[in-house]
Amino acid sequence: MPSNEQDRILENVTSGEYKYGFVTDIETEVAPKGLNEDIIRFISARKEEPEWMLEFRLNAFRQWQQMKEPQWAHLRYPEIDFQDIIYYAAPKTKNTLSSLDEVDPDLLETFNKLGISLDEQKRLTGVAVDAVMDSVSVKTTFQDTLAKQGIIFCSFSEAVRNHPDLVRQYLASVVPVHDNYYAALNSAVFSDGSFCYIPRGVRCPLELSTYFRINTAGTGQFERTLIVADEGSYVSYMEGCTAPQRDENQLHAAVVEIVALKDAEVKYSTVQNWYPGNKDGEGGIYNFVTKRGICKGSNAKISWTQVETGSAVTWKYPSCILLGDNSVGEFYSVAVTNNHQQADTGTKMVHLGRNTRSTIISKGISAGKSNNSYRGLVRIGRKAENSRNFSQCDSLLLGNQCGAHTYPYITTENRSSVVEHEATTSRISEDQLFYCNQRGIDTEKAIGLIVNGYAKEVLNKLPMEFAVEAQKLLSISLEGSVG
Amino acid sequence: MLFIKDLEVSIEGKKILKGLTLEVKPGEVHAIMGPNGTGKSTLANVIAGRDLYEIGGGKVSYKGKDLLELSVEERANEGIFLGFQYPVEIPGVSMTNFLRTAVNERRAYHGLDPMPAGEFLRMMEEKKQLVEIHSQLASRSVNEGFSGGEKKRNEIFQMAMLEPELAILDETDSGLDIDALKVVANGVNKLRRPDNAFIVITHYQRLLDYIIPDFVHVLFNGRIVRSGGKELALELEEKGYEWLKAQAPA
Repeated sequence: MPSNEQDRILENVTSGEYKYGFVTDIETEVAPKGLNEDIIRFISARKEEPEWMLEFRLNAFRQWQQMKEPQWAHLRYPEIDFQDIIYYAAPKTKNTLSSLDEVDPDLLETFNKLGISLDEQKRLTGVAVDAVMDSVSVKTTFQDTLAKQGIIFCSFSEAVRNHPDLVRQYLASVVPVHDNYYAALNSAVFSDGSFCYIPRGVRCPLELSTYFRINTAGTGQFERTLIVADEGSYVSYMEGCTAPQRDENQLHAAVVEIVALKDAEVKYSTVQNWYPGNKDGEGGIYNFVTKRGICKGSNAKISWTQVETGSAVTWKYPSCILLGDNSVGEFYSVAVTNNHQQADTGTKMVHLGRNTRSTIISKGISAGKSNNSYRGLVRIGRKAENSRNFSQCDSLLLGNQCGAHTYPYITTENRSSVVEHEATTSRISEDQLFYCNQRGIDTEKAIGLIVNGYAKEVLNKLPMEFAVEAQKLLSISLEGSVG
Repeated sequence: MLFIKDLEVSIEGKKILKGLTLEVKPGEVHAIMGPNGTGKSTLANVIAGRDLYEIGGGKVSYKGKDLLELSVEERANEGIFLGFQYPVEIPGVSMTNFLRTAVNERRAYHGLDPMPAGEFLRMMEEKKQLVEIHSQLASRSVNEGFSGGEKKRNEIFQMAMLEPELAILDETDSGLDIDALKVVANGVNKLRRPDNAFIVITHYQRLLDYIIPDFVHVLFNGRIVRSGGKELALELEEKGYEWLKAQAPA
């Protein structure tokens, strides 16, 4: 990032309010509140799903009913009433959209306001977008361009209808239905999300991206994303999200699965900016997400990069299962918490194949009265000879009422592997701020500089389009956190 | 330019400056000398605006303004530069980005647009040469991993970049070998102009072999006990601070 760009971003940031808190007034079809088999049948019917998909959902629902909410995270929030949530809400539109003209102008306007252009003519950079509002995908751009190379990029619902074999083969193959409480819930009620398949040997020419937007009050969003990279292929995928400002809490429980076959590479980047609640900790999104990728073949590579600034509560551990020999897993994270936000986030690197390598760089930034925890598991299996992991977990504290916690879990079952873990905790010192002030830089800008400098290693891993957004977000999220 | 009258400053209830008076005019170089713990750094920090201190009395005016009413960054943008005795490290923030922000903040303060990137980089090269810094310091993070000497040179480099009207160098010479000392002194000498002024705080006379001051003040026990020309520094070197202590009021 050129520094003039950085300056421009920092200068643009003048108000610390959440900018995406508006609500779109649009006619919406909603399911009644609550969760039971009828609701699941309703969702499945609305999506015109085949019988096997309905069965998958019902099975997941029955398993979920037997499960208990996990309590081990360093998070505190009131009990969630799962019967008080709307599980399906969809902007009313025609059944199928063949051109942009058919998309409701209010929806287009909504995404324009969010800085997401659904107009292919207006694209500035090589990005294809799938826009998801509440429970449905509104529009996926550049499908035709991508199809010429055999790339499938569509909403999950479309994939179930048009590519059932691929979906059946890979759905829940990385995150099993019973994996955890929220994954089971998602498997039962997931509404929409993106599906993407990159054929053998194809390097996807566009950045693929999904933009998630919660709009309707009282709804939960349960999206499902599945990315399959066939042998020797490459794709970079980005995910962004926002929600209106409300004083109730809304639930978001997503599942993302990535399959990378032999020699394939998947880069997955997230800028998570769900509404974090107000200064007193009222409202905000509860974000319980399961993200996992598997390097199935040798030399496969999966890389997660996340910038987490939003949500009242975040529970999220993007993970890699390194099954193929010589496969590589990476996790780069910046998690910012301010006011009363709580984040318990990290990763799991499970080394099963030989000569597998993983890197974890986690940068936590806590301000206000927030709590920020890194929780990471590195497991090197018996057969994963000569494997390596390097973990670096840094915490930066702003002020003296916030908390930073690190929970590393490391197990190594062979003698030829090496695991390194480094952790630091620091704070922005008065001396640093005075030094910046003395050079004419005010405190707000100084914090922006220092925080962006601190997170640079991770921000540098983001695609250009996202890096700009992420830097902006970091500054906004921390406004008013000092002094 | 700077006029300090009967300044009284304390920290945590302890009086450090006890009625200090000093006037600095454009084009002048003032050296402030004195034993450790007499308030030299306190004076530098109070002028820069550090909030650790309580001002008990007196006035400080700068370019006709009440300096004590201005924030730290306002003072900086009004042309006051402090060369730190112990420059802090700011990991991850490149010198280029840091200085660009500083330069543009100053420009914004004076109602100017940001400096174009090309012009800024040229200016950096030019100033590096001026102050004889040949290292890759500009691409490194602010003071991170710098040796003591590099940090001090970096202060001079920043001073060159920011072109202050009033620069205060707080024991910039401490801990420097003779080569580094010359770099620092040459930097100051090259930046001297009829419209700017320097306050050079030092414990030793050594630096004043290279920076010829117009005035030398001896600070002792919170007051300036003696002022004179450059020959005062030599006298002090010869006789030691004990000589002054004997003369100073308790």
